[in-house]
Amino acid sequence: MPRVIFSGSAAGRFTGGRTELEVAATTFRRLVKELDERFPGLGRQVEDGMAVAIDGVIYQDAYAAPLAEGAEIYLIPKIAGG
Amino acid sequence: MSKHHITTTINGEPVEFLCEPQETLLDVLRNTLNLTGSKEGCASGDCGACSVICDGKLICSCLMLGVEAEGHNIVTVEGIATGDELHPVQRKFLEHAALQCGFCTPGLIVASKALLDETLNPTEEEARYWLAGNLCRCTGYDKIIRAVMDAAAEMRGEARAA
Amino acid sequence: MNYIVSKPELKVVGTRPVRPDGVDKVTGRATFGADMVLPGMLWGKVKRSPHAHARIVKIDTSKAEKLPGVKAVITAGDLPNIASEEAFVGEGPMNFRDLSRNCIARDKVLYEGHAVAAVAAISQAVADQALDLIDVQYEVLPHVIDVEEAMKPDAPNLHDDLFTANVEPKPTKPSNISKRVYFAKGDIEAGFRDADVVVEGRYTTAPVHQAYIEPHACLVAVAADGQAQVYSSSQGQFMVRAYCAKLLGWDISNIRAVPLEIGGGFGGKTLVYLEPLALALAQKSGRPVKMQMTREEVFRASGPTSGSVIEVRIGAKRDGTIVAAKEVLKYQAGAFPGSPIGPGCMCGFAMYDLPNVEVIGYDVVSNRPKVAAYRAPGAPMSSFAVESALDDLARKLGMDPVTLREKNGAHDGTKTHYGPTHREIGFLQTLAAAKNSEHWKMPLKPGQGRGIACGFWFNIGGESSGAVHINEDGTATVVSGNPDIGGSRASMAMMAAEVLCLPVEKVRPVVGDTTSIGFSHMTGGSRVTFATGMAVTQAAERVVEQLKQRAAQIWEISPEAVDWRDGNAYPAGSNAGAFEPLSLAEIALRAGKTGGPISSEVSINAQGAGPGFGVHICDVEVDRETGAVTILRYTAVQDVGKAIHPSYVEGQIQGGAAQGIGWALNEEYIYDAQGRMENPGFLDYRVPVASDLPLIEAIMVEVPNPRHPFGARGVGEVPIIPPMAAVGNAIRDAIGIRLTDLPMSPPKVRAALDAEALPQAAE
Repeated sequence: MPRVIFSGSAAGRFTGGRTELEVAATTFRRLVKELDERFPGLGRQVEDGMAVAIDGVIYQDAYAAPLAEGAEIYLIPKIAGG
Repeated sequence: MSKHHITTTINGEPVEFLCEPQETLLDVLRNTLNLTGSKEGCASGDCGACSVICDGKLICSCLMLGVEAEGHNIVTVEGIATGDELHPVQRKFLEHAALQCGFCTPGLIVASKALLDETLNPTEEEARYWLAGNLCRCTGYDKIIRAVMDAAAEMRGEARAA
Repeated sequence: MNYIVSKPELKVVGTRPVRPDGVDKVTGRATFGADMVLPGMLWGKVKRSPHAHARIVKIDTSKAEKLPGVKAVITAGDLPNIASEEAFVGEGPMNFRDLSRNCIARDKVLYEGHAVAAVAAISQAVADQALDLIDVQYEVLPHVIDVEEAMKPDAPNLHDDLFTANVEPKPTKPSNISKRVYFAKGDIEAGFRDADVVVEGRYTTAPVHQAYIEPHACLVAVAADGQAQVYSSSQGQFMVRAYCAKLLGWDISNIRAVPLEIGGGFGGKTLVYLEPLALALAQKSGRPVKMQMTREEVFRASGPTSGSVIEVRIGAKRDGTIVAAKEVLKYQAGAFPGSPIGPGCMCGFAMYDLPNVEVIGYDVVSNRPKVAAYRAPGAPMSSFAVESALDDLARKLGMDPVTLREKNGAHDGTKTHYGPTHREIGFLQTLAAAKNSEHWKMPLKPGQGRGIACGFWFNIGGESSGAVHINEDGTATVVSGNPDIGGSRASMAMMAAEVLCLPVEKVRPVVGDTTSIGFSHMTGGSRVTFATGMAVTQAAERVVEQLKQRAAQIWEISPEAVDWRDGNAYPAGSNAGAFEPLSLAEIALRAGKTGGPISSEVSINAQGAGPGFGVHICDVEVDRETGAVTILRYTAVQDVGKAIHPSYVEGQIQGGAAQGIGWALNEEYIYDAQGRMENPGFLDYRVPVASDLPLIEAIMVEVPNPRHPFGARGVGEVPIIPPMAAVGNAIRDAIGIRLTDLPMSPPKVRAALDAEALPQAAE
């Protein structure tokens, strides 16, 4: 199952401090829905405020991004530029 | 306040305009005469984006009043090229990619032309100090200096500088 | 298609054609924000708070409204009162309530220069008179500027409803600390126990402004049916449209935002200040309204970047392996939350392979203008601290500073401290190129010092649209939606020309307004060549497919039997038929007969932007009498993926380095005891001038990004990150003193030299 790790502490207030969990999902969209079902409000936070790194590659928006079986997913603060 | 009637020469053409006493030459160029090539970056003579040449001397048009232009000879960026033939300094700026956003470019073109009117053989240091009154935030001045030195070389009749 | 892999010889990409908008720029014809005029236009001006922190008791605009020539006056009441709402629009989350209150104050003013009202009048002079007639009663409140002062529990609070996020237990008392950010890897305590050598440092940086030479400017018109035009200089016309629609409560489709040429942005024009006010004035008066900021207003009321306090602690083994790295960062957000604390926390250590890391960051509000993005937001301050500490570490270990970094350098497969694993990065190659440079090998003269420092930036992708249209004569037009701040439109034309196999002069690029091209995220984040380039390339590829199909129709063969090269369609092999090649012009001429206009627009959300790394080498000489630091030589090495137009890539590197040098040596916001900025002008806010700098050598290392068709990486932001520490390390080398407070201006260097002359504890 893809492993999700929250980095940066923005998710803490939704997950009660938990930073790592396994989520059954094959796309990023499904992953977000699963997270929101487990921790209401987290879905919006992830979609609006976080970037995702899937096996090292950073995506800022990625509904369709496929998640491999043992994918390592990091949710980090969204990156803006200047 | 009533306006003053001013007669002057701009880019070789006789020009008449009305302006209020507190208007700067830059205000007049941009808002009355629609010569918007000269830019306002600071309105206090610190950035050089408004550079023009008055009677052969490089000045900030934001530091001259419109009324002071009476009887003088003003050259703006719009008067640097001759018809569709660019001045060497303009061509070299393009060749050397000496501009990015282009906002400081009119001021720098005028200032560089004024330098080359003074001397066709400036050292790099002389060029840098001459242009120190023209701020550029995009380029770090590297390609600008190369372009100016190369324009000088061309005008001296030499081969292209590095 | 990946051109790096499939097409070894590129004809256009990688060359240096003259940019297509160049002639207009060197002749003064190009139209910037303040150059636009419309018949009947009024001039708009803003009344601003003289106080750093105050409650607005009453605003009386009646006298101003009665002044002949004044056509409209607005205050916050003329804009909708927006509830706090975070939305992701454009590049990052934006709180529209905060943005609205930043554009025009509601209830409270939070910084000197904060807008409280605006007028539109028939001339600038009348508008100025009208401002003086607006009577504002304030209840002045205690203010706080300094970040650590603002963090204290008894500091004056800017917002009654701001509670520190991400701390347990949840706070009940409002604070100026809007959030805490935390990253950790491994076991930091164990790491420090394991270290043979530890270095520590406390670094402070003053707020600095992007200092674009063009002040903010716009011209807007609103028709009686609510349809509006906005002509402005911005880093994103879609952002302007979206933000104005949100702030005014209008339909997005009723606003057409036209991007004029922009005179520098560097992140500072990724939001709106004047446009919503101008639109409200235009609607109220029924006439177009033009507004432009004075230089003073730009400094007082548009976002600089954060000042900061950063503490670093790094532990290593004798052999130079870093075993523990800790950083605590406190960033000023200005009047509303939103400093770049996240990236600040992520970037400082991102180029190193470290087992044990802890990074803690605080976003802190204080009574100064709301910060705006500035080129790699958050990273330069963090790297100033980390790279200075690494320099101290190298000295303590007796190790060459490049070798220390090589030993701990990140590479493909390195796990960062903020989580993701680096893939196909070019840091080690960049270090190697720096080590092998002429500059690094050149010996120093007595009294001179040399410093080296590194930088990292993510670069982003994002939503972009690009269109390629074939004209009836076989030339092409490329339309994209990103303001060109660094020469990007030339690169768009070059990539399209490469795909179409046309000379670049036959492919003309245009930056379209919001009605002329699909949605694009802002220009910023080093994303345009990557993301918009990708969209344009894909559009050009689809056009080539159409060209092949049209040729196939003309020849009555299958499109699979058609090749495209050198700007012509060829039958693919003798089996396809003995047809003469068809040029693009010939196919274009018959477009109507073969199916209609040949055109393609592609909209994408580009992902997979490759990060960039920079390594800078700086030589200085310090005048011990005056404290002035002269930059003798400067080299900036950076991995750029693939330089589409090398001159403009060099330009980004040189320009970013120059800004970093200014940040290092002279730039700062100076406040008086009332919280007012004392140096809001270019005389005393000292940016580098031509005589301050030497030629800047830009060495481009090309480690292609496999996720871009031509291998491009973003380049614009990385180069501002290394200079502060490169200069600081060079000063350390030259005079033996570590300066930790930016800017390292002459009075500070002199004070440090004077302090050193007194008896002191050994280092």
